Amino acid sequence: MVTAPDNDISDIKVDNVGDFTFPERNKYDSGFGITDKTVDFIADVKNDPDWIREFRHKALKIFQDKPMPTHWATKDLENIKFDEFRYYLSDGQKPKRSWDDVPDDVKKTFDRLGIPEQERKFLAGVEAQYDSEAAYSNIKAAVAEQGVIFVNSTEGLHKYPEIFKKWFGKVIPTGDNKFSALNSAVFSGGSFIYVPPGVKVKHPLQAYFRINSEQFGQFERTLIIADEGAEVMYMEGCTAPKFETATLHSAVVELVAMKGAKIQYVTVQNWSSNVFNLVTKRGIAHEDAVVKWIDCNIGSRLTMKYPGVIMKGKRARGEVISIALANSGQHQDTGAKMVHAADDTTSNVISKSISIGQGRSTYRGLVHIPKHLKGCKNNTECDALLINSNSHTDTYPAISVRGNQHSTQHEASVSQVSADQIFYLMQRGLTEAEAMSLSVNGFINDLAKEFPMEYSVELKRLIDLEMEGSVG
Amino acid sequence: MSLEIKALHAQIPGREILKGLNLTINPGEVHAIMGPNGSGKSTLSKVLCGHEDYEVTSGEVLLDGENILDMAVDARSRAGLFLAFQYPHEIPGVSNANFLRAALKARLPKGEDIDAVRFYKQLYARMDQLEMDRSFTSRSVNEGFSGGEKKRNEILQLMMLEPKYAILDETDSGLDIDALKIVSRGVNAMRSENRGFLVITHYQRLLNYIQPDIVHVLKDGRIVKTGGKELSLELEERGYDWVTEESLSVAA
Repeated sequence: MVTAPDNDISDIKVDNVGDFTFPERNKYDSGFGITDKTVDFIADVKNDPDWIREFRHKALKIFQDKPMPTHWATKDLENIKFDEFRYYLSDGQKPKRSWDDVPDDVKKTFDRLGIPEQERKFLAGVEAQYDSEAAYSNIKAAVAEQGVIFVNSTEGLHKYPEIFKKWFGKVIPTGDNKFSALNSAVFSGGSFIYVPPGVKVKHPLQAYFRINSEQFGQFERTLIIADEGAEVMYMEGCTAPKFETATLHSAVVELVAMKGAKIQYVTVQNWSSNVFNLVTKRGIAHEDAVVKWIDCNIGSRLTMKYPGVIMKGKRARGEVISIALANSGQHQDTGAKMVHAADDTTSNVISKSISIGQGRSTYRGLVHIPKHLKGCKNNTECDALLINSNSHTDTYPAISVRGNQHSTQHEASVSQVSADQIFYLMQRGLTEAEAMSLSVNGFINDLAKEFPMEYSVELKRLIDLEMEGSVG
Repeated sequence: MSLEIKALHAQIPGREILKGLNLTINPGEVHAIMGPNGSGKSTLSKVLCGHEDYEVTSGEVLLDGENILDMAVDARSRAGLFLAFQYPHEIPGVSNANFLRAALKARLPKGEDIDAVRFYKQLYARMDQLEMDRSFTSRSVNEGFSGGEKKRNEILQLMMLEPKYAILDETDSGLDIDALKIVSRGVNAMRSENRGFLVITHYQRLLNYIQPDIVHVLKDGRIVKTGGKELSLELEERGYDWVTEESLSVAA
């Protein structure tokens, strides 16, 4: 990691583009540990309405009461020391509408991550979060004029309480799991998006989550509502520098696709290898609606993430397309939850994982089709690629299908990049790392096409970086 | 300037396969190596390219004067050595065009990229010579290819990479006569005074189409006889046994 001085950082050469940090200058720091006082501190700073303050306190109680899910998940969770994190850090500034107004080091951070450039090129709006709060938030005028709301969660709940309150915490109840409860207690930042009926947002909206401070937890909360017939694509990117200590990222993302609406949620995360990334993501798809998660997990020490779709209306469709890459010292525990709750609903899960060195990837899938429904379809494919002989993968599919008027299929494969394949590629002049990279990119190629072009280029670059470090 | 193999010994654990092999290929020459099964033909091609399954115990391989035995597989390739594989590997999800671009890019200084327009122009011209359909560029490398398509693909790669020395390992195996003619035409188009070829084959048939300057017989890890084109015809007629006897009598 590089601690950047006040001057320009553009010439600092590091392997990982996100591995740099600026000195902290936080006006508000909740201090270490999490108690009712922490929750009140956050509620005070954010000037929460009473119902949110109450919501937080209730959530804290649930968080404290719930055991770690180590009966099914990894014991590594026990290494999370909740007393050694700070749960809220901000400079007390409101998000800026112009990059010129964003504090210098924050601006430099996002410049370096390429956000303003991407915004100019192909985005309809950007929110850039720095530790606990958004530093920048802007939506293109033409999109705003269509009635599209794109703000951070704090502004969402203050300015649009009637929409916010209706859906907040409804897709993912506080007690869904220990980490959704934690998020509900201390959430800050994240996006609130509302797309009015019939509005199709042409270009993606993007959020970028940046952790700058050490011994810190980031708990953004995102709520996206696409009203009847509306369409929106939301993309999120995330990075953190590599600190000596662990960092915690625990988001909750709720999506609501009303009748005939379509939401696509794209994630390209590139966490450093000391981040515990424990995220709950779920969408509700009403009649004829589509919720599609496109999820790429690179980096982190432990990622646990199972994007879900509850297909609540007839003919609703849920999709999860996911790519996970686990390098040595990393565990990608990812998957999908598909809950069919209406007739003729369709779900599709395609998951590809790559394990490098001693990296471990786990697929957990849940497909639920109850007895009283008819005409439901599920397709699940999970493919694992092992790079080295000590790489590790496991698959835990749970498919519960009742009744006989449904169709499901499940395919799983494990393959290994063979020494002969690498020899063949190297005989054509590619280095071992390039040969590995090309093989891995080939493995995920059909899924990479699902990502917007700019992101699939980024994906390829990230894989190249991972492979470079993994051979000789 | 030549590819010189000097007293090369190579083994897999517990078994020596190449037992003092000598061979010099000058630019402009096409050498054929023939020999019975198990004589070490394919081993020779893999050892030259640096396959990790084989250990070189003594000897030298000089590529234009430079010993390549200490070089990694990819460095030997970039130094100008090409192997058309007997069993080309499949690379799922990687298109032929991307694969060739990556291979060509690997030959440029870091950070430089190839000119896409020129690349495709050249690629299409070479594909036309090999009667390959344009859709081939977007198909995954060798995936789902017939035996003939795989061999044509090897020759296409040879044509695009333009190596100094090319080894063809049993390129005729699995080819029908039409495919054999097309593949041979591709190879012949690449013959030049700047390029040496080593054609490894079990059968004489290929040599009707790729006319060698020099024919060697490989037997039990050594070259036991060297001659002109007529040697291959004689081998076809009489088999390999007499060569052994003759060389034994010479040794005695």
